[in-house]
Amino acid sequence: MRFEPVIGLEIHVQLDTRTKMFCGCELSFGEPPNTRTCPVCLGLPGTLPVLNAQGVHFGLMMGLALGCEIAPRSIFHRKNYFYPDQAKNYQISQYDIPLCTGGRLGDVRLHRIHLEEDAAKLVHIGESGRIHGSDASIVDYNRAGTPLCEIVTEPDIHSAEQAREWLGLLRVTLRQLGVSDVNMEEGSLRCDANVSVRPVGSSELGTKTELKNMNSFRFLERGVNAEIERQVALLEAGEPVVQETLHFDPSSGRLSSLRSKEEAHDYRYFPEPDLVALVPTEEMLAAARDAVPELPAERAARYERDWGLAAEPARLLAYEPRWGDYFEAVATAGEDGDGRTAANWVEQLRTRLGAEADPAASRVAPQALARLVAMVGARQVNAGAARQVLDHLVAEGGEPAAIVEREGLGSMDGGDELAGIVAAAIAANEGAAEKVRGGNDKAMGPIVGFVMRETKGRADGGEVGRLIREQLGV
Amino acid sequence: MRHALSLTAAQAAARIRAGELDPAELWRGYRDRAAADDCNAFTWVAADGEPPQLDTAAPLAGVPIAVKDLFCTEGVPSQAGSRILAGYRPPYTATSVARLTGAGAPLLAKTNQDEFAMGSSTENSAYGPTLNPWDRTRVPGGSSGGSAAAVAAGSAPWAIGTDTGGSIRQPAALCGVVGLKPTYGAISRYGMIAFASSLDQCGPFTRDVTDAALLLGAMVGRDACDSTSVGLPAPVEQPSRTDLRGVRLGVPEELTGEGIEPGVLASFEATLDLARELGATVESCRLPHAPHALSAYYLIAPAEASSNLARYDGVRYGFRADGVGDLLGMYTRTREQGFGAEVKRRIMLGTYALSSGYYDAYYGRAQKVRTRISEDFKAAWERFDFIATPTAPGVAFELGAKTADPLAMYLNDFCTVPMSLAGIPGISIPCGLSEGLPVGFQLAGPAFSENALLDAAYALEQALGFDSAPWRRA
Amino acid sequence: MLSREQVLHVARLARLELSEEEQQRMSEELSKVLDYIEKIAELGDLADVEPTSHVVAVENALRADVPRPSLPAEVALQSAPDSDMGGFRVPSPGPAPA
Repeated sequence: MRFEPVIGLEIHVQLDTRTKMFCGCELSFGEPPNTRTCPVCLGLPGTLPVLNAQGVHFGLMMGLALGCEIAPRSIFHRKNYFYPDQAKNYQISQYDIPLCTGGRLGDVRLHRIHLEEDAAKLVHIGESGRIHGSDASIVDYNRAGTPLCEIVTEPDIHSAEQAREWLGLLRVTLRQLGVSDVNMEEGSLRCDANVSVRPVGSSELGTKTELKNMNSFRFLERGVNAEIERQVALLEAGEPVVQETLHFDPSSGRLSSLRSKEEAHDYRYFPEPDLVALVPTEEMLAAARDAVPELPAERAARYERDWGLAAEPARLLAYEPRWGDYFEAVATAGEDGDGRTAANWVEQLRTRLGAEADPAASRVAPQALARLVAMVGARQVNAGAARQVLDHLVAEGGEPAAIVEREGLGSMDGGDELAGIVAAAIAANEGAAEKVRGGNDKAMGPIVGFVMRETKGRADGGEVGRLIREQLGV
Repeated sequence: MRHALSLTAAQAAARIRAGELDPAELWRGYRDRAAADDCNAFTWVAADGEPPQLDTAAPLAGVPIAVKDLFCTEGVPSQAGSRILAGYRPPYTATSVARLTGAGAPLLAKTNQDEFAMGSSTENSAYGPTLNPWDRTRVPGGSSGGSAAAVAAGSAPWAIGTDTGGSIRQPAALCGVVGLKPTYGAISRYGMIAFASSLDQCGPFTRDVTDAALLLGAMVGRDACDSTSVGLPAPVEQPSRTDLRGVRLGVPEELTGEGIEPGVLASFEATLDLARELGATVESCRLPHAPHALSAYYLIAPAEASSNLARYDGVRYGFRADGVGDLLGMYTRTREQGFGAEVKRRIMLGTYALSSGYYDAYYGRAQKVRTRISEDFKAAWERFDFIATPTAPGVAFELGAKTADPLAMYLNDFCTVPMSLAGIPGISIPCGLSEGLPVGFQLAGPAFSENALLDAAYALEQALGFDSAPWRRA
Repeated sequence: MLSREQVLHVARLARLELSEEEQQRMSEELSKVLDYIEKIAELGDLADVEPTSHVVAVENALRADVPRPSLPAEVALQSAPDSDMGGFRVPSPGPAPA
């Protein structure tokens, strides 16, 4: 029996607002503990939450960008549970009337998006003299109340690899939106996976388990794969999959159950009486719409369509907006509308600068690169020489024509000078020349190399080959 | 000085402004009285010594005020009548109190209350019961019993309390003073240690209706720290009506028949006669769902309370039980020892009403009954300007008389709870005596009708001529 | 109406450690109150009735994303029953429920 995995993701994104979701404390980035707290986020008696307009704005942007239905009226609920990282022993979240429903990104449908607040940080400090017979933990409420957006997908994912790739697409999309740093290592992007398997061809869903704590894309993929294997092994042995929460340990590759001794938690959700309904106005929606830039998937499609790029180069450029913007400037400055060549040369630049660099901050003006591309097209400089010109542009900036002139990198057209160098090359490589005369065209290499060195790469390779054959009489 | 202490707050303010009364002497007079209080009305009294800064130009002209224990007052114990907050000093002050001190009323004392505002007799305080100044073997009502007793005994010129199901109006009735619960949202809840968020409201205890209007005016207004606060649409006016011509009073059958003590009913009927003499029309009306109000209230309030009180867990502030082993033990033992019996009862009731499988039948249903009750009042406003009822079903009962039977205690609220559920304002004014003890007359009006309500109450009060100062006779 | 098991379950949810005597008393008292509350079952279906979770008709109470001063750490910790290393010290919990 062959099984197929069915995977859904639950993603928490920390929003890049200035202040917390329900109070005016600034968000914390490694400050000393409990220095970014106030009576509200500490849950002191008598305090009340007030909703952050920017958090709502970001939530609306995400909903619009991902094609969701925005609820005309949504409310907040209390999710009640006791835990030291929850200052009020309830989390303010959204339950049955969330901000957004539906939506889609790539080939994965979304179920819902809602707003909530983050918990505090707990640090386990081991045995503590004052608490006998028990380990202690220290609670730091700096993070408590940080705005979170929870995204839940439909179970449309069918492999760990697809999960990883899709999460990468989500990450890039959210970065472009500017709503979050979406950094898994720092915790501004967190992902849990719901995993089940079913016989191939079945449309019923198997029992799902929840995988938590996967702190990187790699761990996500490995963890999901490990769980798929575990479930398949169970089912093949005739045993059932038990619904539970699992933790993946990347160093051992093992899954362990987080199931507590009690039954499933009863969160006793009820509408948050301290907050009023959220009714996105036309103004709020328009502001969110205006703030949504062209997103990676759309941009890649546009590059393929309008600039004739192949899928892979289109994707590479679209997913890094700075490179995409640069590419468009180069392609637009060029006169022949040839996106492909422009893209190739932008890729050459990227190799030199590094993918993380900002080309707009480099010395290579897009117009300059466009002119270099045009010079290659007009055979004023050959590809090899042009690469040298690019190196110079990177190092010093300036104009390609001036560099070509100064460094003598212009194409050698045919003519006596080149013929003379070819003759000298043949003379210097008798052995190779013999082989070529003997019919081994491939032996030309050292002769061509000689010519190229002599001409500093300026000679046109095709012309050199022709002259060699001519002079050798083949 | 005794004479000065027998003035109403408005009278004292006028004298102060006219330079005829030294506010520092007024302060000292009240402070000494409060310190000498023998009704256990206070949990904290300002220290002897220099009076605080007294701003005679401000609206409240330096007339001091007593404040219910559950209002957060920075640096001053705010314990909500509970052991779990024994000695707790908040780092901030409630908005309503800040507005009072900002308007020139310095903090004289904190008053005793039923623990977390749960009770109708102030016998649930962890700091001992408060005694009724009219008869010290009897209760002052609750939960704001301390505030009511302080004003009745003349130990404070005025006070504020909170009303969730009747906790201002009922003790005002039992102590023969004026007590007002404003429209929900008129006064900020920020800094009021929460009992039931959708019901709690701050309000004044005063010697007369004029003082109530003065105090109300100093506190109302939208607060950016309270999302549910809306203020009042118009400034609070000083009441001045001399008759009730054109006023239509509705008397609900459901709240004026069975369950009311004969002496209370007699006093109530006599007041209705007086109202007719003043020109009001008095007719019977129906509030068909009023008999169910208590049931709905005793689901909604405890449910919200069970969540609001979850934060008292020994982690961030307040009491923590000794001999703590594991976290669960710390939570359960802290709350077991820190909370009194009534609070525990209501937490249990509320938790149950929200728990999985019971939500729809209990909390969910109660919120629907609440809608029906609101609709009943709205229908009544088509024929009537105000609803009139006895404030409480009986006069002050003896200490210990109802503590064995929680349900008997809850029934004290049945005339006041419907208004709380509908969020409409209600005022209690003393209208007579029964068995030598004060009887309260309640007037309730549509949401935001405070000015009209106070005006009508004023006219009645003037005609009644009730002497609400037993200490004056002593 | 409320069995001892139910009382224990609810007490556990509410993090209350009730003595034997309290469990018994709670069971009786709560049952009595719940019997009274059952009155609302008389009201029939109520299927078409909207629940009231907010008695004020207010929407969109939003706050600008502008920082306000936080408390100094000493103040944040001033009422802590037990603090250490700049934080609130508690016995270590098991895994988080959510």
